[in-house]
Amino acid sequence: MPEIKVTPLGAGQDVGRSCILVSIGGKNIMLDCGMHMGYNDDRRFPDFSYITQNGRLTEFLDCVIISHFHLDHCGALPFMSEMVGYDGPIYMTHPTKAICPILLEDFRKITVDKKGETNFFTSQMIKDCMKKVVPLNLHQTVQVDDELEIKAYYAGHVLGAAMVQIKVGSESVVYTGDYNMTPDRHLGAAWIDKCRPDILISESTYATTIRDSKRCRERDFLKKVHESIERGGKVLIPVFALGRAQELCILLETFWERMNLKAPIYFSTGLTEKANHYYKLFITWTNQKIRKTFVQRNMFEFKHIKAFDRSYADNPGPMVVFATPGMLHAGQSLQIFKKWAGNEKNMVIMPGYCVQGTIGHKILNGQRKLEMEGRSTLDVKLQVEYMSFSAHADAKGIMQLIRMAEPRNMLLVHGEAVKMEFLKGKIEQEFSIDCHMPANGETATVTTNPSVPVDISLNLLKREMALGGPLPDPKRPRTMHGTLIMKENSLKLVSSEQALKELGLNEHQLRFTCRVQLQDPHSDPDTLNRIYTHLKSVLKGYTIQHLPDGTVMVESIVIKVSSSAEDTSTKVLLLSWSYQDEDLGSFLSTLLKKGLPSGLC
Amino acid sequence: MKLYCLSGHPTLPCNVLKFKSTTIMLDCGLDTTSVLNFLPLPLVHSPRLSKLPSWVSKDGTINLEKELKECAGRVFVDSQPEFCLPERELLDLSTIDVILISNYHCMMALPYITEHTGFTGTVYATEPTLQIGRLLMEELVKFMERVPKAQSATCWKNKEIQRMLPGPLKDAVDVWTWKRSYSMQEVNSALSKVQLVGYSQKVELFGAVQVSPLSSGYSLGSSNWIIQSHHEKVAYVSGSSLLTTHPQPMDQSSLKNSDVLILTGLTQMPTANPDGMLGEFCSNLAMTIRAGGNVLVPCYSSGVIYDLLECLYQFIESANLGTTPFYFISPVANSSLEFSQIFAEWLCHNKQSKVYLPEPPFPHAELIQTNKLKHYPSIHGDFSSEFRQPCVVFTGHPSLRFGDVVHFMELWGKSGLNTIIFTEPDFSYLDALAPYQPLAMKCVYCPIDTRLNFHQVSKLLKEVQPLHVVCPEQYTQPPLTQSHRSDLMLELQPPPMPYRRCSVLNLPFRRRYERVYILPELANSLVPSEIKPGVSMATVSAVLHSKDNKHTLQSVPKPPPVPPSKKRKRVMEEPPVVLAPKPLLSGAVPLEAFLATLQKHGITEVKVEETADGHILHLQAEDTLIQLEEDGTHIVCDNNEPLRTTLRDLVLRFLQKL
Repeated sequence: MPEIKVTPLGAGQDVGRSCILVSIGGKNIMLDCGMHMGYNDDRRFPDFSYITQNGRLTEFLDCVIISHFHLDHCGALPFMSEMVGYDGPIYMTHPTKAICPILLEDFRKITVDKKGETNFFTSQMIKDCMKKVVPLNLHQTVQVDDELEIKAYYAGHVLGAAMVQIKVGSESVVYTGDYNMTPDRHLGAAWIDKCRPDILISESTYATTIRDSKRCRERDFLKKVHESIERGGKVLIPVFALGRAQELCILLETFWERMNLKAPIYFSTGLTEKANHYYKLFITWTNQKIRKTFVQRNMFEFKHIKAFDRSYADNPGPMVVFATPGMLHAGQSLQIFKKWAGNEKNMVIMPGYCVQGTIGHKILNGQRKLEMEGRSTLDVKLQVEYMSFSAHADAKGIMQLIRMAEPRNMLLVHGEAVKMEFLKGKIEQEFSIDCHMPANGETATVTTNPSVPVDISLNLLKREMALGGPLPDPKRPRTMHGTLIMKENSLKLVSSEQALKELGLNEHQLRFTCRVQLQDPHSDPDTLNRIYTHLKSVLKGYTIQHLPDGTVMVESIVIKVSSSAEDTSTKVLLLSWSYQDEDLGSFLSTLLKKGLPSGLC
Repeated sequence: MKLYCLSGHPTLPCNVLKFKSTTIMLDCGLDTTSVLNFLPLPLVHSPRLSKLPSWVSKDGTINLEKELKECAGRVFVDSQPEFCLPERELLDLSTIDVILISNYHCMMALPYITEHTGFTGTVYATEPTLQIGRLLMEELVKFMERVPKAQSATCWKNKEIQRMLPGPLKDAVDVWTWKRSYSMQEVNSALSKVQLVGYSQKVELFGAVQVSPLSSGYSLGSSNWIIQSHHEKVAYVSGSSLLTTHPQPMDQSSLKNSDVLILTGLTQMPTANPDGMLGEFCSNLAMTIRAGGNVLVPCYSSGVIYDLLECLYQFIESANLGTTPFYFISPVANSSLEFSQIFAEWLCHNKQSKVYLPEPPFPHAELIQTNKLKHYPSIHGDFSSEFRQPCVVFTGHPSLRFGDVVHFMELWGKSGLNTIIFTEPDFSYLDALAPYQPLAMKCVYCPIDTRLNFHQVSKLLKEVQPLHVVCPEQYTQPPLTQSHRSDLMLELQPPPMPYRRCSVLNLPFRRRYERVYILPELANSLVPSEIKPGVSMATVSAVLHSKDNKHTLQSVPKPPPVPPSKKRKRVMEEPPVVLAPKPLLSGAVPLEAFLATLQKHGITEVKVEETADGHILHLQAEDTLIQLEEDGTHIVCDNNEPLRTTLRDLVLRFLQKL
């Protein structure tokens, strides 16, 4: 039985360093190649030695697919391709291809330039890695080789995020990456057709959450920002440069406009302008409303939001600052946080998920004293708020996607084990399908049961369909007979007659002749007539003919009558049939041996 | 398989393919050359046009004073311009299942088809094709609605009258079916039926046919189509280009191995080299401006104009045109320029990589930013106050019969300093200019048609090797004006099948196989036996299920166990229910081996008699005959059913069952 194997090297019962290996129909595919924000050691990257102990990965992998530009999905890519070694194709969508190298370079700068790490990938490596990227368009079927094909679907989540379908023959796997089932202020909702994959590999970040409506969350967010500003506080919103940031900017921009607010809004890093440019050029990836109106008004040109300078952090008075990165684990957002943490008037709003080990995660868990580098501690006095704005599907959304795709098996990654366990139960109960949740390095195996595609001769098919009638009768299924010819790689199903011809075989006729004696004091034609009437009444639904040459034909069985030379009332019936009519022939000879019923006229 | 040809225009095709129970319309081109027979629609009152004399036939018998006007020896219809629609009588258009669109120029008749024929199907097109197609339709509607004309001339269409008219009106075909422009409401309704597709996306139609668009390299989002089942493949090639302009390059390899290739949309200017024309365009433009004249470029609002602007972007500085204003006037000018920048996925590699920087892929963004290029929805409004001369104006419609271009013709036509440069190949420039004669302005004809020429297409066909080629009849002979140029036609072996408007072609197809799927349970139960090295066979008895044009074979369900009934006695009375008719037999029964087998079963008294074709075995104890021949065995056995079945099974041992 063919099998599909799925092994997470990262994101197995965990969030971070997503990297999932899939073996399907003899092909090996790596899905995502991310880094873990919670670690600074080897655990930062997936353990590629699982694939091979020594040497390059090229010969072990048929392709690598990146679902979107977040670093926990692509952060290990240059390390994998340039330092471990992989020269095959790397697939990602156009926006991902555009934005991913910028984030990688950012990541590299923070790690190498600020933290002084060595043995890390270089700028040149990022460039060389990106040269191996083949861009993917939505819904385009990309033939990786003769057998392996992949297809991208819209996933929402961030600009350019995609779900991918991987198909070999009739077996298939869908990997969702991160996705969002509800449209937001700048992106649409994920969509997939009823493609019935053998396995659906889904993220499960919010496996146990059913989130309230987006409107409420937005109102909450604006209220909190507004209150803080009113009392003269400073609001820090740690974000990733692209994605949630644009959504929140659109939200604040319209709010400021409506409320006529004067407090400044800043956006840290030089990326803003550039980021917004990407949104302008890839407007076809945003939601319908933005796409429809972009000629008249571009939603990504902000009036109230200005570029941030480091010195502004010490300015008096209220302000709102968007700063990167989003989990407070490094960079500008962390610097500003340290500055503002001591004042209870200030506020930090975490708009997204924070992985374990980051400061973001710690303060969200209520930690008020933080150990910083150099054994100093930091007292956290400012208000800490959490708003789930990160665009992941919640439990309802995941179930919705399962309903859309109708997978035969389910596999959860990118979530916490306890929450996955809960969702797994729900899925198994509601859809009666197996749900797997392998940990990192563990392999989930699914046996598939593919149908065998065969070429049937049109003659045979048409004959069969004509005989079967327009509506099949479930009580009396018709059986079709044919011969399957297997030659090289082709499988052809033809009628037996055609098979004889194609294979150059002669037909061998097997015939039977049987004489039956019968006491019937009538003339020969009368006896024949009596036999005819008798058979007519017994064999319903058969073709019975009384031929002028003195024979009776039942289907293709011939019956003749002659009188015995000695006794004219003893008749000799001659039955002759071919092997193809064996059942009927045998039946007839037995039937006629019993004689004719006396009631016959 | 049949092909119905509804349009005779080789670059604005409209064909219907019937393939495996699906009816597929390939493109929906609108022949706009009909408008050349009409008078221009001026935006502001034109004393010249209104004073044109009415046409009267030589003998004075025909006088359609209100409908026909004469200008410089040509006769024009004074009415709202009308278009020549695809043929609607050849087949019932409501039976069309899908319409496949190859590029935005080939969809302009869509509202006529989807809104007025009972069409209930789906239209497939790429996103740029839909968006830009919408702009072109919107522009057409606005051009017409801006200058409503009360008059709709019909008398001239009377057969008797039309016969008497001078050419080309006399020779115009099907004038009764010509229609005025559609409304914006019809456009919106038609376009709401479009389903977006991406290149190489596989779209299943009713499970029977798969269609897939391929990049054709001609314009943003332009596609060729593959229509195939598991065993047949039709390639539809329409408006393709191998030149490096802004769109993604043409996908040639996917066209390989098609049974039939339908070839339309070759270049209309086989003798004009696009690069040379571009050079001539620039030099004439610069010359006119330097001499203090204005340049008018009648053009469509999308397509070649992007390349012209890019060319000018590089040319402006070197030609010292930095201060010359460039105007692009169209109701959809702004949208067209904006839309061109957001389709990175559909652009050539060079332009794609610009987006990664991120920079706009087309340099006209910079021309606009630096105020060198300005765009206006029409000559009214801002344009009239900001307009400076000498200048360059890009505006439509290229037929010179409607749109803002009519105004510039009236304004600039009288001065020899000005130049009109034709770049669009769809209209003969002499015909386009006819209602403006006499004309002092210079005319330059630089048609830029990037579609395949005959040289390129024969090379392409050699590579992709279709079994048969179908094409418009125009491609099977040299152009009328250049009848000696045998290189300007298709020469193929076997010769292409030509079509013309209203042709119905039987495509040479023999379908012999269809795909079925054997379900795993049945597949596992099959017992293959090797017939000869590398060839095996297995007999299959199965139940066929056909649903949504997909066929599957399942194992025959086991009959429910016969209840061990009291009726047991009657069982023999019941005729056998034939579940599995016996297979065909093949092979021969070898005498020696068969005798040995008989012996093993206790049949020892066998008398063998040789005959012409084999042997007769006489089983003396049982009084039974077996006739063994090369291709047949005959068992004659009376009154001994158990013996007969034993013999039967013994014979079967030596034979192959199919």
